[in-house]
Amino acid sequence: MPFGGVRDIYRGGNRLSPAQTPERLRVVLAKLGLDGHDRGLKVVARILRDSGMEVIFLGLRQTTSSIVAAVEQEDADAVGLSMHNAGHLTLGPKMVRALDEAGLDVPVVIGGIIPPEDERQLLDAGVAAVLGPGASATEVVESVRSAIVASRG
Amino acid sequence: MGEDATDRSASEDRWRAAYNAGTRRDVPYETMSGVPLEPVYGDAPFPGQFPYTRGIHPGMYRGRLWTMRMFAGFGTAEDTNARFKEILRNGGGGLSTAFDMPTLMGHDSDSEWSEGEVGRAGVAIDTLADMEDLFAGIDLGNVSTSMTINGPANIALAQYVAVAEKGGVDRDRLSGTIQNDILKEYQAQKEYIYPPRPSMRIVTDMMRFTTAEMPRWHPVSISGYHIREAGSTAAQELAFTLANGFAYVEAAVAAGLNIDEFARRLSFFFNSHSDFFEELGKFRAARRIWARWMRDHYQARDERSWQCRFHTQTAGVSLTAQQPEINIARVALQAFAAAAGGTQSLHTDSYDEAHALPTEDAARIALRTQQIVAHETGVAMVADPFGGAPFIEWMTDEMERQAEAVFAHLLDLGGGSILEGVYEGIENGYFVGEIADAAYRFEREVNAQRRIIVGVNAFTEGDNPEKSLLRIDPTVEEIQLKRLGEVKQRRNSDAVAASLAALGMAAESPDTNLMPATIDAVKTYATEGEITRCLSEVFGTYTEAAIV
Repeated sequence: MPFGGVRDIYRGGNRLSPAQTPERLRVVLAKLGLDGHDRGLKVVARILRDSGMEVIFLGLRQTTSSIVAAVEQEDADAVGLSMHNAGHLTLGPKMVRALDEAGLDVPVVIGGIIPPEDERQLLDAGVAAVLGPGASATEVVESVRSAIVASRG
Repeated sequence: MGEDATDRSASEDRWRAAYNAGTRRDVPYETMSGVPLEPVYGDAPFPGQFPYTRGIHPGMYRGRLWTMRMFAGFGTAEDTNARFKEILRNGGGGLSTAFDMPTLMGHDSDSEWSEGEVGRAGVAIDTLADMEDLFAGIDLGNVSTSMTINGPANIALAQYVAVAEKGGVDRDRLSGTIQNDILKEYQAQKEYIYPPRPSMRIVTDMMRFTTAEMPRWHPVSISGYHIREAGSTAAQELAFTLANGFAYVEAAVAAGLNIDEFARRLSFFFNSHSDFFEELGKFRAARRIWARWMRDHYQARDERSWQCRFHTQTAGVSLTAQQPEINIARVALQAFAAAAGGTQSLHTDSYDEAHALPTEDAARIALRTQQIVAHETGVAMVADPFGGAPFIEWMTDEMERQAEAVFAHLLDLGGGSILEGVYEGIENGYFVGEIADAAYRFEREVNAQRRIIVGVNAFTEGDNPEKSLLRIDPTVEEIQLKRLGEVKQRRNSDAVAASLAALGMAAESPDTNLMPATIDAVKTYATEGEITRCLSEVFGTYTEAAIV
């Protein structure tokens, strides 16, 4: 992947190229589970791309193990999950554990339909950040960037 | 318009005769201040006349108000059954079922895919036993039911028929709609199971089955709602939805049905978003386009085949998590657009849905909102109340023009067939690409503050998100797993195996209708997952190319 960009992993082609930056952060984006609402995730993919990050877009119907495999293969710096299925309290912590068990110190950022009162529980379970509905492009980019910085301690 | 006075008055006479022949609600047809009102104002063609731009009925809501159909579903079948009864008690006229993600994707609650999602975004239905609980104590001969399910629609319809017949209600008395619009799944909502072509065979089998045996059932609700929610523009919603409608017509005709036997049972489902005038133009254009294409392109002869009937839901995506109470105002305006646009039924969203499924209180306010629109605003007094206004007529023409450009593109892609063009557009990423581009464009405008969303990027003071939300009982998954286990214990496993084998045979033979074998299978309490696996062994499964 010499030029980065949002990569379509099924077809293996580069569709979009980001602006060049000194260190290109690599983010895996996925829908975890059965939920098919992918509008938000696609918009986030383009927002992160426009900010200079490299997006590995897994798309729909991913499992914790398919995401762990992508993080390993792509040497990713963060995982972004989008959840609109009200399954976040089960699946969010499960994702964090799966990365831990694989020995990957990679922050997980979750966006989508997350009630405010669930945010604390997700953060306590090791999720790095939660982005609510209506988060701005700047907030999206900053939360991913600072999650990566924090994980590098 | 070039229409002479004699034609106009002939149209008016015909309209008046039709209007007088219809039934009327017993309410005063006057303004709040007592000014008497005509049933319609302006020029021909009148409501109930081709191309139905002004509505499909001569008297529109003077005959009957739209159906207030509130969508509900969560937790176990028993939980949803209680909500259904609440809706009926509160004056809702029809039931509308939301299923959970595993059910929508053809997975049982005990599948590894289902972890964390059982009963969360809708009700969990694994076997006929759950469907029996869902409609317990409700007379299915006397209620109209909508089921929002697509990939496994044949299974849900089979379960509904089986429940009714166990309760002594014959299938020909059942009234309702099953969404069963598989094409928009590949384009927008993404709840598909099999590849497009075998999925279309299931849809056409269901159309043949309901045409022959369930005359009061709507076998497909062709849905723009999800296309819009996924980010399309109003014109794309209109164009893609009607194109899908044409595709079903072509597929059903190719499967041997006569167009006038089934077309009147097709219905549509649109989104009502916040730009009032654009929405109004969209609704009016939808009727006109459908009428013209059905009569002139597909040569339908029955007037009912020309009439575009539709359900509307206010735009879930427009609801803000910030200052949730202000969503009540958004929903009211969107509901007003749908009513002014001549919808046949309406779901109004609840103000708290940006965070979770609605609480009972919020759902009641949403129902009350459309009751206010119906009974207090005067919109139900006069058909097509905005018709004839230059801006509205222009907007209607503009929506139609944009949609026609899309049809031309699809005809080109499909070598003269909209059906083939839609298949091609699914395969080559046309639909998902167009929708994603529109969604991103909108998001950038919001981010740049070129487009104001109240409470989100302007007027942000006063946010008080600490509201009580609907909490799904965390034990739902456990309860449902236990229930599924018990049903599996109790049933006759030989009968299940035999019914699945017969279903597999039916699937192998393209000329055999799948519905009878599906009904036989659900009656043995075969699970949804078992039936889906049986069919996917023949049909295969579909995975979308991950296109951003």
